[in-house]
Amino acid sequence: MFGKLTLEALKHGLVETIGQLVVLGSASAVIIALFYFKRWRWLWDEWITTVDAKRIGIMYILLSLAMVARGFIDALMLRGQQAVAVGDNVGFLNGEHFSQIFTAHGVIMIFFVAMPLMFGLLNLVVPLQIGARDVAFPFLNSMSFWLTAAGAMLINCSLVVGQFAATGWLGYPPLSELQYSPGVGVDYYIWALQIAGVGTLLSGINFLVTIIKMRAPGMKLMRMPIFVWTSLGSMALVIFAFPILTATLALLSLDRTMGMHFFTTDLGGNAMMYVNLIWAWGHPEVYILILPAFGIFSEIVPVFAQKKLFGYVSMVIATLLIVVMSFLVWLHHFFTMGAGADVNAFFGIATMAIAIPTGVKVFNWLFTMFRGRIVFPTPMLWFLGFITTFMLGGMSGVLMSVPGVDFQFHNSLFLVAHFHNMIIGGVLFGFFAGLTYWFPKIFGFTLNERLGKWAFWLWLVGFCTAFIPLYILGIMGMTRRLSSIGTSTEWHSLLVVAAIGACIIALALAFQALQLIVSIIQRHHNVAPRDSWNGRTLEWSTPSPVPFYNFAIIPRIAGRDAFWIMKQAGLNHASTQYEDIVMPKNTGMGFIIAACSFAFGFAMVWHIWWLVVLALLAIFICVVARSFGEDIEYTVPAAEIARIEHGLRKLV
Amino acid sequence: MKPSIIFAIIFTLGAGAILAVVLLLQGHTFAVLEPAGLIAAQERSLLITATLLTLIVVIPILALTFFFAWWYRAGNKGARYTPNEEHGAMAELVWWAIPFEIVLVLGALTWTSTHELDPYKKLAVLGHPLTVQVVALQWKWLFIYPEQHIATVNFLALPIDRPVEFHITSDAPMNSFWIPQLGGQIYAMAGMSTKLHLVASKAGTYAGGSANYSGDGFAQMKFKVIATSEDAFDAWVRGVQTSSGTLTLHEYSSLADPSTADPPSFYGTVEDNLYTTILMKFMQPSRGMPMHGIPREADPRPNVLQYGQAPREE
Repeated sequence: MFGKLTLEALKHGLVETIGQLVVLGSASAVIIALFYFKRWRWLWDEWITTVDAKRIGIMYILLSLAMVARGFIDALMLRGQQAVAVGDNVGFLNGEHFSQIFTAHGVIMIFFVAMPLMFGLLNLVVPLQIGARDVAFPFLNSMSFWLTAAGAMLINCSLVVGQFAATGWLGYPPLSELQYSPGVGVDYYIWALQIAGVGTLLSGINFLVTIIKMRAPGMKLMRMPIFVWTSLGSMALVIFAFPILTATLALLSLDRTMGMHFFTTDLGGNAMMYVNLIWAWGHPEVYILILPAFGIFSEIVPVFAQKKLFGYVSMVIATLLIVVMSFLVWLHHFFTMGAGADVNAFFGIATMAIAIPTGVKVFNWLFTMFRGRIVFPTPMLWFLGFITTFMLGGMSGVLMSVPGVDFQFHNSLFLVAHFHNMIIGGVLFGFFAGLTYWFPKIFGFTLNERLGKWAFWLWLVGFCTAFIPLYILGIMGMTRRLSSIGTSTEWHSLLVVAAIGACIIALALAFQALQLIVSIIQRHHNVAPRDSWNGRTLEWSTPSPVPFYNFAIIPRIAGRDAFWIMKQAGLNHASTQYEDIVMPKNTGMGFIIAACSFAFGFAMVWHIWWLVVLALLAIFICVVARSFGEDIEYTVPAAEIARIEHGLRKLV
Repeated sequence: MKPSIIFAIIFTLGAGAILAVVLLLQGHTFAVLEPAGLIAAQERSLLITATLLTLIVVIPILALTFFFAWWYRAGNKGARYTPNEEHGAMAELVWWAIPFEIVLVLGALTWTSTHELDPYKKLAVLGHPLTVQVVALQWKWLFIYPEQHIATVNFLALPIDRPVEFHITSDAPMNSFWIPQLGGQIYAMAGMSTKLHLVASKAGTYAGGSANYSGDGFAQMKFKVIATSEDAFDAWVRGVQTSSGTLTLHEYSSLADPSTADPPSFYGTVEDNLYTTILMKFMQPSRGMPMHGIPREADPRPNVLQYGQAPREE
């Protein structure tokens, strides 16, 4: 009846039981709160069924915040374990549990923190920057979000029922095969990523089409803001890279559930094929995340240097070069697999060649500041923090692109420090800058600057304290993923320093939470005008918060920095020639399909075959029903628009 | 906060951190920077050259960033302000050219050094190479010295100044064979044999281990490397040959069972072709399954060791 699922799956050790209780506790707290405040109807009408890109964007960011809590607690446990498990002390985690935690940490931070944060920002900003009322496929957008959320829930489910993969975040076979991982952990990993991966791919298609087809009249490609360009590049990468991930994980799941032999050790299976395939997705994935962060900085630097972006054309060319080249370097993740010198040298040189367009971007930001009038609100501080940490990370990356050097650093803590350098110092700092920058546009009030600056400095200091020791430990020969470090090592003191760094980052996160709470409480004092930062791009021409239809009148674009040109020309928002607007209707179908996908994933993990069939059937019926639906749009009459706009004008 | 205060804080923190690290690290071994062999030494000098080359870009960028951020701050009315400047053909040419030039140099260095340091390349060091066959197990290292007919677990003795040719495989999930002070690593994979050429040039004891996560006991999957003179090595070999047990297929089968933190152990004799047998067992179709229509009884292939199964007594 329930496949492999028995009550045994609920029994865990002490640390895991605490995790179980936290998950169940917070879930029930949310449910009770919804009953208590009678908010179920509101939740369904306003959020779950919404197809408004801005609301979907906010939900992506909320998902990311919820998951960062879990991913970061994992990080604290890893740092804590390595700081105490010296000599005879085995620490508080056994090897198996430690492995589950570092696997969960990696998977959650990449797939369920960084990716949702990126898609959140894209949803909030891209339609506004290109002068569109929504994305190209609003229903698909809702479904993509809910599929991502379903994947995240499946991962959280593994904390309560059964266990998670203990294989590392990429699940290399043969360790991830049945022979060495007979439990359900790897299956949770596979199906969480498969479900979220479908959501990501659909989002990629959605935003690519949106950027290509939905731009306002006059917004030629070479007039698009750089954030839109980098988003376009990133989405192109999603479309080419994510099918590889889906296919690779599908092959692994065939090995595990159907007894096939793609990557097994015996019967002709070849694990090296998996390693190649997963990195053919995995390396572009890094650029999927970093390109939008580059785009954010390209928006922020001109605004706060109060000067046009230097070298727009160079920026676009550099972005496109990075997109193409990111597919030519995957082998640098395994120079040590025994490929010949010609192959290794080719991929090494291709890797360092990516530093050329990246370097150009940095120089362009630099010369945007040159002869500017620079002000330093929090987003600009994140930019300076980014440059500092990113140069260090870029440098260690170029070093490891030389195969002879990589042989000594591969899989060491030097590598761990390098990619955290890129993902935290590059991606995360960029997203923080973007969140602070666009927050007033979305919510209509600004974030508290003082607390934001505190958070920034704590992040920067915490980051250095946590990761510079890891560089040094790598040079000392310490490998990654060690659940204890033995007696005769000299690594202990630096591991303690790194753990202190993790605590400083925890403090930084606390300050960010405090910043959000204080800003919400003071929202009536921090009311944001339309144009909070003296902006240059279209989103700043709309009221804050943005009405659901984005633009009452679709703007005509005269050049780059469209809003800046409007301001220079002295155009105000005086036109009142409103027209009827056709908007997409809300629908719960995305949520229902995702809920069925969750059931399908859970059933695949536990081999509950009747539920697999039932869930697939339900998904199929929903998709068919939706595709025949004709009543999917409604018209907002011009008079209604005029009323809303009039009210908004009085406010601003 | 004023920019000048920010920079003051950064420099204080930076200087404090460097000081703390220097104090903290006195007397520590920086394995990668303290080579005890030719390959590790070459890899270190490659690391240093590459670092210096990248610093040519990194230092000016950092310096310019902070100089521009300070000099062109809104409060400095003395600084020039050109809000509409957006392009400079010459300037942009320069910063496409600078990273390009560096990558050109670094690329040339990469091409030559990658061929020079190819782990499969025989070393240009005099002397008959010592062959060591390495098998990664759950979770320990088996070293077979085929010419000496001995084997060790979690212990590797090497003569100095004599090239060593490692043949590496795995009877476990993927591992990576790494002795930082002797040189870089290479993967150990089931059913495949990878190669690594190293040489120790200084006598001493070095740490070795696995760099690729392979399951529960991974953290304890470490071994000691003792590099000694040729004479001391020969004496050690003779000692192992006379005093210890035999590694038969049967014995190997129980050795291959998962275990952690095994102390070093030694075998005075080793079953012939053990390494090949371990390697080949993943390449044979499972005996449980008839292949190509050949009935199981009539299977003409020789008997080979199956995973987790004791060999048949002949």
